[in-house]
Amino acid sequence: MLDDFIWRAMLAGILVAMAAAPLGCFVVWRRMAYFGDATAHAAILGVALALLMNISIFLGVLAVALLMATSVSLLSGRGYAMDTLLGVMAHSALAIGLVAVSFLSGVRIDLHAYLFGDILAVGKQDLWVIGGGVALVLLLLCWRWPFLLAATLSEELAYASGIQPRREQLVLTLALALVVAVALKVVGVLLIAALLIIPAATARPFCRTPENMALIAMGVAMLSVAGGLKSAYLLDTPTGPTIVSLAALLFMLSTLISQGWRFVRQRFALEPERFPMR
Amino acid sequence: MMSLASSLHREAVLSVRQLNVRFGGQQILENIHLDLFREQVLTLIGPNGSGKSTLVKTLVGAVKPTSGSVTIAPNQRIGYVPQRLHLDPTLPMTVQRFINLPRRHSRQEVDSALEDAGAETLRQANMSELSGGQFQRVLLARALLVKPDILILDEATQGLDHQGTAAFYRHIDSVRRTYGCAVLMVSHDLHVVMQTSDHVLCLNRCVCCQGKPEHVASTQDYRSLFGDQAAQTLTLYRHQPQETAHAG
Repeated sequence: MLDDFIWRAMLAGILVAMAAAPLGCFVVWRRMAYFGDATAHAAILGVALALLMNISIFLGVLAVALLMATSVSLLSGRGYAMDTLLGVMAHSALAIGLVAVSFLSGVRIDLHAYLFGDILAVGKQDLWVIGGGVALVLLLLCWRWPFLLAATLSEELAYASGIQPRREQLVLTLALALVVAVALKVVGVLLIAALLIIPAATARPFCRTPENMALIAMGVAMLSVAGGLKSAYLLDTPTGPTIVSLAALLFMLSTLISQGWRFVRQRFALEPERFPMR
Repeated sequence: MMSLASSLHREAVLSVRQLNVRFGGQQILENIHLDLFREQVLTLIGPNGSGKSTLVKTLVGAVKPTSGSVTIAPNQRIGYVPQRLHLDPTLPMTVQRFINLPRRHSRQEVDSALEDAGAETLRQANMSELSGGQFQRVLLARALLVKPDILILDEATQGLDHQGTAAFYRHIDSVRRTYGCAVLMVSHDLHVVMQTSDHVLCLNRCVCCQGKPEHVASTQDYRSLFGDQAAQTLTLYRHQPQETAHAG
């Protein structure tokens, strides 16, 4: 089965979705959407450096993504607003990466594949790398879950419970760099942030606990990948953008349903008394 | 100077020595010296920007002192109730899940903590649906889950109306009896301070005066910080007959 490129693509996409969705929830909760974007955009610089130094692209991207994420964490709160800082760094990294790629004479490089992903070209070895990266991210998240949540809720409460919020932030940064490195092949640097954020945002109206949200987001992300891949095959469209488009469609559906339900409840006064008010 | 509360329990559960906190070039706290004794209720008062919140944050470990020490007696657990907490609406959270963070507790423990905090009906509620008073009671329940020996509250009644504030402090007082814990709180409600505290510490970057409430109210420092009006309020409340909340 793994000899068929479609199945390899499917497996790769679903694996990436499994890691990206729960991490994406943290990106949404902590309002670091732009942070994910910056880290992903820096990946193109990692690609260029990896090709220049003749090392594995996965490692090059991982290193640059990590560097980007940690430098953003360190620089934040030192004179510039976070969004300004990220705007500067995200686009500079992308631009510098593109310039660096152009210096690579002699190497034929398909820029398009790195910007928008090339999921149909996933090989068996890529699958191992993706599987390893995803396993590591999921392990990290499971291990630190309650502490990550507490640190996300309130730094102050986290300190009072003996948790170091900075360390938890570092765990998230590390996981983010890993997801960027493995998702590069699937959706490309320009769309990684979408794979992080859209499933989480789609899940939000339908859950009451964080765990709930992470699981539903995971389902949405896997559905987007599988459905997107199938649609791209049928419609002969680029796979990465098709996956993200389907995710966007699901988001719109979720918003329509939740807003519609809210309207119906208010219109017909169906507000359930879930708990007696004191 | 060290005229301490009427408490017979002389064992300090929390001691602060020569504490200095500086942010950038600014001195926030200067040479703070403080002892909290077993079962004592100690209240920090002081004008805005006097460093009350910083001191509390230093005690719970969220702010690192520039110099000096905070010592907590061995095996003393701290329950912490912060000032109003902002929860991001994108994070779905029920009361039950919230108070089980970061460590899970048994259903029985959760129920009894919620009951002690007066929030027993709220277990299933979403955090985003709570009123100000309910939210504070849930925060209190969360602090009680660790079975605290020291309860630290940072302006826990900010934003509550008179009734809500009074109700909240009644809960604090009954909790203090049930759990036998020492309480250190920051408060703006001078009349509550008067009724419930054993010891008052008036902060204005450094400790400007401290002692029993009526002693503090009579000092010149206190008058210059809060005005004569406030001093009268304090004395007035002190002489009211029904001092139910004050445990001698």
